[in-house]
Amino acid sequence: MHNILFGVYPYIALTVLLVGSIARYERDPFTWKSGSSQLLRRRQLRIGSVLFHVGVLIVFAGHFVGLLTPIWIFDAMKIGHGFKQVMAVAVGGVAGVMALIGGLILLHRRLLDPRVRATSSFADTAILLLLMAQLALGLGTIFVSLQHLDGHEMTKFMAWALGIFTFDSAAAGYIADVHLLFKIHLVLGLTIFVLFPFTRLVHMLSAPVRFMFRPGFQIVRSRRRQRLPKRSRTQQTTAAE
Amino acid sequence: MRVRAQIGKVLNLDKCIGCHTCSVTCKNVWTSRDGVEYAWFNNVETKPGVGYPKDWENQKRWSGGWERTRGGGLQPRQGGKWRILANIFANPDLPEIDDYYEPFDFDYDHLQSAPEMEHFPTARPRSKITGERIEKIEWGPNWEEILGGEFSKRSQDYNFEGVQKEIYGEYENTFMMYLPRLCEHCLNPTCVASCPSGAIYKREEDGVVLIDQEKCRGWRMCVSGCPYKKVYYNWSTGKSEKCTFCYPRIESGQPTVCSETCVGRIRYLGVMLYDADAIEKAASVPSEQDLYGAQCGLFLDPHDPAVQELALADGVPEDWIEAAKRSPVWKMAMDWKVAFPLHPEYRTLPMVWYVPPLSPIQNAAEAGLIGHDGAMPDVRNLRIPLRYLANMLTAGDEEPVAHALERMLAMRAYMRAKTVDGVIDEGVAARVGLQPSDIEAMYKVMALADYEDRFVIPTTHREVVEDAYNLRGGCGFTDGNGCSTGVSGGSLFAPKPKKYPSPTEVF
Repeated sequence: MHNILFGVYPYIALTVLLVGSIARYERDPFTWKSGSSQLLRRRQLRIGSVLFHVGVLIVFAGHFVGLLTPIWIFDAMKIGHGFKQVMAVAVGGVAGVMALIGGLILLHRRLLDPRVRATSSFADTAILLLLMAQLALGLGTIFVSLQHLDGHEMTKFMAWALGIFTFDSAAAGYIADVHLLFKIHLVLGLTIFVLFPFTRLVHMLSAPVRFMFRPGFQIVRSRRRQRLPKRSRTQQTTAAE
Repeated sequence: MRVRAQIGKVLNLDKCIGCHTCSVTCKNVWTSRDGVEYAWFNNVETKPGVGYPKDWENQKRWSGGWERTRGGGLQPRQGGKWRILANIFANPDLPEIDDYYEPFDFDYDHLQSAPEMEHFPTARPRSKITGERIEKIEWGPNWEEILGGEFSKRSQDYNFEGVQKEIYGEYENTFMMYLPRLCEHCLNPTCVASCPSGAIYKREEDGVVLIDQEKCRGWRMCVSGCPYKKVYYNWSTGKSEKCTFCYPRIESGQPTVCSETCVGRIRYLGVMLYDADAIEKAASVPSEQDLYGAQCGLFLDPHDPAVQELALADGVPEDWIEAAKRSPVWKMAMDWKVAFPLHPEYRTLPMVWYVPPLSPIQNAAEAGLIGHDGAMPDVRNLRIPLRYLANMLTAGDEEPVAHALERMLAMRAYMRAKTVDGVIDEGVAARVGLQPSDIEAMYKVMALADYEDRFVIPTTHREVVEDAYNLRGGCGFTDGNGCSTGVSGGSLFAPKPKKYPSPTEVF
């Protein structure tokens, strides 16, 4: 059972995440959206949404760097496991609380505001509930981590995560003896990966970073099969900056 | 220089009767769907009034349009790219649906199904969003129709800037006009600039500004970017939508639905050639009052052989150049100088222009002068204050508006002398700097307004766009996955929108 959950399920989850997202982007781009409800109710959204998103982004970045950076890089940079564990607890704790408070405000709005509630799909509400549960679990693990601040426990998760991505068949074994709270947190996290392509979470994949690098402001599209003669400026965009 | 063509538009406010036929036909065609019940791609406002959405013209409140930076550049008033991205989680400048109005319907069924009661059954309103009862409708799409509501509220109108507005609250001095509004299909659109996804674009061949529904992610920056508040967020699909300028009709040479159905025949469509490379410079002139002139400077005279040659080289089809020569928009905006852009101070270089309305003479004693041996009343005595119109159309510069109104009065005086007295009064024409032939032409286009004079729309050139052979047997306009057969009734990704039960209360 342990091997199925932590040795096999990660591959299922990552495959669904990847293939599902590509399929949705390719087959049904019209449904790819952030699903904002700000128009319907501004109240609560600003504080809730900003807290939630900023918190989640920090937590996400922390997990990404913390889990997927090979251990030898940390060792080479002379970052001690204990220091890393304390950092993870401190930064992750603050960001996690931010995200949890923001998320609870958003959840309150989603469940109790008549307009938002009436226009929410089952998936909208369910994924928010799951994210809240995941945040609560993640914050709960802090109390376990405080028992072993030397960072030893954390290296097990790093080994496991790297093991999954390097097709290490023994990966699941690395976390066989960790606290139950961590295991639930991991399984729920993988489940969120599975649900990802079928919910509004896909909007994080289209975070508009490219906007910053767009030349100028304006966009003109031409449908001509033959390009017009080139000019000094680019043809597709006229800068107005 | 780069010559591009756009189908421009002029609305002759002097003839608008405020019948809302344009709005209703537009709604029936484009926005009679879930999520955009509240959206009117075309609406008609009674001015003075705060309009729809409330106070839309006040950019101190909504931060729409552009601002000129200290360095002389342009950036959206809601902020440059960094600020737009920083506000992506919650847009501080986004109107709430109550600023438009909460869409509602009535329990019509109750009128038929009510049991026998002491009182006559009524159809009570119900929210189209929640399906819940609305006890009292507080605001609607045209709440200020024909000066509805108290003056103190309507006088919040932004166009009263610099006008001693108190006297216009008095019954004897009151004035009103209609303002039909739609997307301006700007040369320098802020919605395009604000879209983080790059989903909004201007079409090179005809200037129509469209939103790519598959690329829109619902970041909603376009809604606040547009100073005319003519981009609407569809709360059901989570995508923004806007006036499409009825591009399927325009492409086939037909006028937009609002123009086609206008019973007052106030709407004109025609080709304008402009210099696309000069847009940035024109939009960033230092003085707001120079923007009207700067935009006129962008337009290229289609009668000029040099322009024609450049246009052909830049891919403007020959029949489009021919159409540009006969364009009613060119005639009114450039030849006769009677049409103006709506709020040029937003620096968007809008392409839907307006002929200002004439109004009765304020002072009754002077009323006798109208049409009397060609003598014309002073346009400053018209009931609608000149400054009010100037604030709307020329960033407060009264001279061009006064000039246009004088020409329209001269047209009336000239034609009256001609048809009633049988006299050709060249003096009237000369006084406003026109030839009698100009006045006759103005009369034909603006007063008679025959279909062929109002709409000079060349068809699109599909042959330069696509290989028509591959299109044979293809499908038409669809809403979603095009010709794809890969999707059956249900979808994994997007659950069907909920159907709201509309129970009828018995009371």
